[in-house]
Order: sequence, then structure tokens, then C-alpha cells
Amino acid sequence: MIGYVIRRLLMVVPVMAIVTIVVFVLSRVGPGDPAAILVGDFASSAEIARTRAAMGLDRPLVVQYFSWLSQLLHGDLGISIFSRTPVLELIVQSAEPTLLLTATAMIYSIALAVPVGVLAAARAGSSIDRALMGAAVLGFSTPVFVLGYMLAYVFGYRLGILPVQGYPGLESGFGPVLRSLTLPAIAIGATFVALIARVTRASMLEVLSEDYIRTARAKGLPGSTILLVHALKNAAIPVITMVGIGFGVLLSGVVVTESVFAIPGIGRLTVNAIFRRDFPVIQGVVLVISLAYVLLNLAVDLTYTLFDPRIRY
Amino acid sequence: MAARGHAADTPALRVRDLEVELGRGTRRVVAVDRLSFEVAAGETLAIVGESGCGKSMTALGVLRLLPGASARMRATELTLGEIDLLSLSPEELRRLRGDRIAMIFQEPMTSLNPVLTVERQITETLRVHRQLGRSAARARALELLHAVRIPDPERRLQQYPFELSGGMRQRVMIAAAVSCNPDVLIADEPTTALDVTVQAQILEVLLDLKRQRGMALVLITHDLGVVAQTAQRVVVMYAGRKVEEARVRDLFANPRHPYTRGLMGSMPRLGASQGDGPRGRLPEMAGTVPVLDRPAPGCAFAPRCALADARCTREAPPLVAFEDGHTAACWRADAVIEAAHGVD
Repeated sequence: MIGYVIRRLLMVVPVMAIVTIVVFVLSRVGPGDPAAILVGDFASSAEIARTRAAMGLDRPLVVQYFSWLSQLLHGDLGISIFSRTPVLELIVQSAEPTLLLTATAMIYSIALAVPVGVLAAARAGSSIDRALMGAAVLGFSTPVFVLGYMLAYVFGYRLGILPVQGYPGLESGFGPVLRSLTLPAIAIGATFVALIARVTRASMLEVLSEDYIRTARAKGLPGSTILLVHALKNAAIPVITMVGIGFGVLLSGVVVTESVFAIPGIGRLTVNAIFRRDFPVIQGVVLVISLAYVLLNLAVDLTYTLFDPRIRY
Repeated sequence: MAARGHAADTPALRVRDLEVELGRGTRRVVAVDRLSFEVAAGETLAIVGESGCGKSMTALGVLRLLPGASARMRATELTLGEIDLLSLSPEELRRLRGDRIAMIFQEPMTSLNPVLTVERQITETLRVHRQLGRSAARARALELLHAVRIPDPERRLQQYPFELSGGMRQRVMIAAAVSCNPDVLIADEPTTALDVTVQAQILEVLLDLKRQRGMALVLITHDLGVVAQTAQRVVVMYAGRKVEEARVRDLFANPRHPYTRGLMGSMPRLGASQGDGPRGRLPEMAGTVPVLDRPAPGCAFAPRCALADARCTREAPPLVAFEDGHTAACWRADAVIEAAHGVD
């Protein structure tokens, strides 16, 4: 097990190396010149050229890449072109709302989606099943920003029971934070809930036709034991896999949702950085998120062992 | 009905006119057709037939465990001792399953839950039906593993099915099935998936448990060798119907139905010279089990039967009683006897 974890952590190195190349290339081939943006609309071309030179943007791409990589290896994500603040500092500052938002969305999604999937599978073909899965299709196909604005309108504006803008920070206490994160978490989680519920249902249906479920029924076990112990434990692996994959969906939702609800998190940081062609920030955010994604998937793989004794690392 | 060795006032299990239907409309199939049998405490009844003749559907029908909404069962009588199973609610029925009536399945590789320990799978019936605590159930599980002759039971309790061989898994299945001392144990091809030496051991375990606990055992099999070793009485099924029933001795000595004869003819025997080649070729029955969704009016076996005449394809033969509880459904039952004596 420990050997496996070490091997997997070593594999993070080539994955991240590839990510750095992709990130670097994407930020350079995209339109827009950060030097031009920085000096403003009325600068002369000589001025722009001077700024480019000062930023090192006139050097060959390969040289730029390796100098950036060597910075990264020293733990230096660079300095924001726009705010002149170290990128790492910006990310750390924005991390709190994003982490809390993602965690809230993930926990509520799983807590809602798994029971829904189990119920739909247990009542497969019934009107309950059709209603739940219809809702899942709706949840899956509603864009995050549409749902976000709808929630903000109904609960924030019409009913006025939940805040629709901003984020108070943990220093103001857990309650206000949770209140401000409720609507964005629902908005982000909708897709995730739909995804997990459908996978749970499909996986449960497959398991419920297995011989050992018939054995459990022949033993006279209560229906709830059969569903929640005999079936769900076997159905868990595809669900956990989907949670890992869905994390990516969740993160892309974070970017949009933070803009809709004006939450100063990583998503907003990214969107602003993109508008400002703030390359170091874009690169830093993508790297950090990629790393988080890779590590989360390792955690997912390790979680399998909790559910299936046949999986050993 | 048959007089039998273990006479009891009330049979442990009595099934009358059991019908199992699968599918609906044009895809409707009668898998079990008006099947009746009973089995007494301490008795072993074998239900024999080829694959697809409705044996397993019979077992699942009795336990009311038919798969999905597309399968339906009916019976005019279904009693477990004094209990009328037909009048019970699903919840009352559930309480009896695993407690008073238990079942063992054919595939030990897939019939145990892969992600639960042996301990959990043996003790859960005890905990559900007998409300035993964890340690009491565990102690009982150890006894059961001992009874099914699993060595080193303490270590086995902590293991998962994938760590056990096929024979060991079937022993675990048996231990779980008999944990609550059921009155009736239905074993559906319990040894088919196992190799021959293990088969014999498993049968021995089953018979020992039956003797010790006075259970009624319904043994579903396609293997007449297993029947000869284990059962007191036999029901032979063909295409969802009972075609013959007799005490084992009578059946082997004097089969009344041509299908039963065919089954016996297909059994390999040591030292027997059958057929004409140097090594002898085992006789086989021509044809296959009929497709049940297109039932013919006459005897279902007629297309494969050497003795069949015009009436056989026109009219289904009723079950007729011969001597001493021996029944068979064949218009030509007398010809079967003659043919047998002519050949032997």
C-alpha cells in the first residue's frame, strides 16, 4: 500500500511536466499581448517593446519555458503582471472560499445523489424512478449560470432568505459562510448530483441482478439491508470513480458560479486573470488545480480498498 | 399419495399445482406447469431434469423469489408444515426465508457476496431471525463451519469469498443456509459447479446435516448418480411438468416414462458395454428440450420419443398412479416396460 502510494506520487511528476508544457503553450498561443495590456491603450510600440523585453517576453519560447520551469521548481509561481503580487499569495488568498464551496457542493451532492440513485434502482421502472431520473436529466442539462441566476432570483431576491452576493470569510463565523455558500453550492452541485445519481442507479441495477443478491433475499434479510449493505457496497466502485471524474466538472462550475455570486475565490481569480491576460496567474491556477485533481484521483483509487477487499495495492 | 419411510402427519413442505409463468403476452412462457410434490421431515426428495425443464424456477417459485415483475407464480396449495405460505404477506414470508425454509444455489462462485466477510454472510441470518448478538452469532458460525468441515474456521471467518476455493464457498453457503435450523432446505444443483471429489464431500455434508437436524431436503439436480446416492424419492420433470415420481429404488428398477429411461440410458456405468465401438458410445437422447413458448397440444416429450404414437402428439397424458406411489404421465407406460424387458 505505502509502496503503491509512493509509486503513484512519483507518477505525478511526468503528469505535471506535461501539464506545465500544455499550460505554457496555451498561454502563449492565445491572442493578446500582456505587455500591450499592461502599458495601456495609448502606449507607443517602442514602449510596448520595452515592456516586453523587461518581462522577458522577447526571448525564445523554449528559453521562456525553462526559466519559468526552474522558477516553479523553486516554489515560485511568478508575479502577477497586473497586481504585482506573487501568484502563490493570490491563490492562497482565494483558496478558502473555493475549497469550502467545493467541499460543501461535493458533500451535499453525494449525500443527495446516492440515496436518489439507490431509491431509483430499488423502484426501477416505477413512476418514482422516472420522476427522479427525469429530474436528473434536467439537473444535468441546466447550465450552472442559468441555475445560479434562478436560485439567486428566487431565494435571494423574491424570498430574501439567503445572500446572493459575496463571501464574508471564515473570520465572521461558520454560519454566515455556510449561508453565503448555500446557493452557489446548489448551483454547482446540480450537475454533479445528476451525474452521481445516474451512475449510482445504473451500478445498483447491475448489482441487484447478481446471484448474491438472490442469496441475500433467500436468507430473508430486510430489504434495506439488501440494498444498503449487500448491493450498495458492491455498487460503490463506479460511483467513487464518477465522484473523481465529476470533481473536474465541479471545478469548471466553480469558475462560473463564483462570478455569478461574486465570491472572491480561485474561479474569480482565474476569470479576471484571463480577461487581463495575466499569464503567471492563469498558469499558476491551472497548475495548482491540476495537481489537486491528480492527488484527488489518487485518493479516489485508495478509497476503492475500503469497499472492495479484492482490490489491494 | 405415496407411502413413504418417514411417515409424518404433515409434510414439511407441500406444493400443489405450482405454476410459474415468465414474460407476458406473446413472450409468455409457462416454466412450471401444475407441479405437485411434498417432502417429509428427514426425507430427501430429488427433482431431476435437463437444463431448462423448470427445476430452478420451481425452487424460486416455492420461496416466492422469482426474478422481477415479469415472473408470476400460482399454486392451489403451498404449505410449510402448518403454515400456508400463500396467505402470508411479503414481510411475513421474508421472516420465514432463511429461518424455516432455506436455499442453496448452484454457483458458489457468484452466490456469495464478494465484498462481505464469511462471518458476516453466515451470521446475518442468525442476527436477523434469531436476534443473536455479535459474539453469540460468531460462536454459532464457528460451530457451523465445523459442521460443514471447514478446517481452521477462525481464520476463515475473517476471509472474503475470493480467498476460498469453490468447494469451500459451497460449504460456507451451506453453513449460512442451515444456520437457523430450517425445516426445509432446497438445494439447487449444489454440486454441479464443483469437481467430482468435492461433489461427494459436499453431498456427504448435506446428508449429515439433514440427518442431524431432521430437515426435509429438496435436492434439485440433473445428475441421476447424485439421486441414487442421496434421495429417497424422485420427481422427474420435463418441459415444466412432472412426468414421473417414484421411490428411488422403484425408479431405477422400473422406470415408467420413456424420458426417465432415456436419462438412465445416458448415464455412464463402469464396466458396461454399451453401443458398438470398442470403447462404447454412450447412448444419448435425440433432440432437445422443447421451446416452452410454443407448447404443443400433446405430450411434450413426443417429438423425441421412440414409442410415441398419434395420441401422444394429440393429447397430453395425465399422471397415472402405478404400484405403491409410483406415478407417470405417459400413454405408452406399459410399452416402456415391455421395451425395457425386450432390450435387457
